[in-house]
Amino acid sequence: MISVENLSKQYGATTVVDGVSMVIERNSITVIVGTSGSGKSTLLRMINRLIEPTRGRVLIDGHDTTGEPAHLLRRRIGYAIQGHGLFPHRTVAENIATVPRLLGWDEARIRARVEELLLVFQLDPGAYAGAFPHQLSGGQQQRVGVARALAAEPAVLLMDEPFGALDPIIRAKAQDDLLDIQRRFGTTIVLVTHDMDEAFRLGDHVAVMSHGRLLQYDRPAVLLTRPADPFVSRMTGVSDRAMRLLSLTTAGEAALPGVSEGPAVAAAASLREVLSELLWRGADSAVVMDADGTRRGYLTIAAILERGRPG
Amino acid sequence: MSVRTALTVPRLRRLDPLGALLAGAGAVAAVFLPFVVLKSNRIVPGDPRGLLDALPAWGALGCQAVLICAAIAALGVSNARVRLGAALLGVAAVALAVAAAGDALTPAGNKVVRVAPGAGFWVLLMCLGLMATDAVTRMRPGPGLRVLFLALSIAVAGLALAHGTFDHLSVMREYAVNADRFAREARQHVWLALGSLAAAVLVALPIGILCHRVPRLRSGVLGTLNVIQTIPAIALFGILMVPLAALAAAVPLAAALGIRGIGAAPAAVALFLYSLLPIAANTVAGLKRVPRAAVEAARGMGMTSWQILTGIELILALPVILTGIRIVLVQNIGMVTVAALIGGGGLGTFVFQGIGQTAIDLVLLGAIPIVALAFSAAVVLDALAEVLDRARQ
Repeated sequence: MISVENLSKQYGATTVVDGVSMVIERNSITVIVGTSGSGKSTLLRMINRLIEPTRGRVLIDGHDTTGEPAHLLRRRIGYAIQGHGLFPHRTVAENIATVPRLLGWDEARIRARVEELLLVFQLDPGAYAGAFPHQLSGGQQQRVGVARALAAEPAVLLMDEPFGALDPIIRAKAQDDLLDIQRRFGTTIVLVTHDMDEAFRLGDHVAVMSHGRLLQYDRPAVLLTRPADPFVSRMTGVSDRAMRLLSLTTAGEAALPGVSEGPAVAAAASLREVLSELLWRGADSAVVMDADGTRRGYLTIAAILERGRPG
Repeated sequence: MSVRTALTVPRLRRLDPLGALLAGAGAVAAVFLPFVVLKSNRIVPGDPRGLLDALPAWGALGCQAVLICAAIAALGVSNARVRLGAALLGVAAVALAVAAAGDALTPAGNKVVRVAPGAGFWVLLMCLGLMATDAVTRMRPGPGLRVLFLALSIAVAGLALAHGTFDHLSVMREYAVNADRFAREARQHVWLALGSLAAAVLVALPIGILCHRVPRLRSGVLGTLNVIQTIPAIALFGILMVPLAALAAAVPLAAALGIRGIGAAPAAVALFLYSLLPIAANTVAGLKRVPRAAVEAARGMGMTSWQILTGIELILALPVILTGIRIVLVQNIGMVTVAALIGGGGLGTFVFQGIGQTAIDLVLLGAIPIVALAFSAAVVLDALAEVLDRARQ
């Protein structure tokens, strides 16, 4: 658990972050979203003290981080940035081994961890461990950047616009991978983005920032149905907010018990996708199937529409 | 009409422009300029001899045949390997011819007569050398191959010198007289060039790092170093004489260490000062091209400033810093020559002695090794910078 308490950063007369307090839950993904200049990156970088706060403090699992030398604190916290920041003169394996080396792990443990991470990120160790970053594709470089951030098994991973430089198709894949990684390692992830779709897709909680202040911090569905501020509703979008709300619920969660006619849809698909499928086929209801092929229940257009209303 | 242009244009295009220039210059030199100069002693003006007057007929004709082949290759052959082979054969032919001319024109046992390579020889050597360099450039050899070329050339030249092939030529006659001094001055030359370079690296590297970290300092510090660069060497020696002489007079230890107003001390200090700018400026340029994201990520992962500097920044900047060191080393090897004027020693001693005695052979005894040293240093350091750059792009 990360407690941010009344955190502020001022440069001269300019206040970049203004009295932000929030509690970030363990084993979840928290997305900080805002326009450029909103102070979201500064807030993130105060958590690992790349930027020292002017006022306020950060506690990780109850311990005040100000007491610890900053470079030792950072070795405990994973950090991944836009454009990956891989060291061009070191191989993929050496890049991933950076923090374990700093922590003095023995070579056998480092080698095992590097291999494990390469496999998790779908990179064949035999082909990629000895490769240099410039020999990889953009998506592969980004994956190595995240693998490097996770190498020393940090409990917390900070990500500053990690997918900003990727094209849409690779970005969607990277987002799916991140959800898998979070589930697999149980890491507490704090991610900064300016992309609301990304925030809704990844975030268990979303924090909206503007002009250095935290406007609202809640579950995505609450941001849509009960925006605290006109800026928040502008950020989340008014014209397609019903569809956004549907995208937050899966067919499995909304499935009604019983049997019905209609096309089969996956339990993991969002209601938005199911609705689109039903409209496309001209059907009124769908059968919800689990990944192993068993029936979970059914959905009707009316039941889906019910879920697209606030409250 | 169109058929005729189609026939002639490719032909004209195949005529190599550089090759034409070199072949033309070489031909003029071979026909009109003296190949060797025969002097009855080392300082009197000599008696010019053409290739045919200097060599037995078969030797002269053989040499000319090789030169004609080289000219044909220069004009019409586009294959770089063939051009290189022809140029090197040409170099070997003129070198052997000038050595043979020395043997043929020197009466047995006579140590006063001098046979010096003439203008024709030097122009031919230059044309063939340019042709060879051009061919090597076209072949785009890797750094390892370039160093190998250099090592082979040095080995062949060294073997020829050790074997005594050129012993009857005037430069080697001067060498024979000055052999022990030559070794001493050559050592002094290398020592001054490398020593001032090493001291400059120790000082300029931190200056460059500081200028990179504190941008406010950059223009002031680099500007000051730039001003030093503009002071002529001989003026800087003069400026340094006063404080160094005063230092030696005031501090007995300094005098005991050999620091004086003239001699090696002001020379070393001046070379050191000249070396600062290229190394500091290249350090700044090298650090500037280190990807910001890599440094940011390194900091974010908990590397200390020192670990980032030594493990990331300096290593990524190294190829550019090495380019600065190459500039300085080549510059120093040339500039040490002037140090001889203030008693600093080095191969320049022979150059200035030769000028004083109007003995051009003595000048060459100093100048040829200086050029060879500077060229070799440039090739080796270029190759090193390229190897590092390739591994760390």
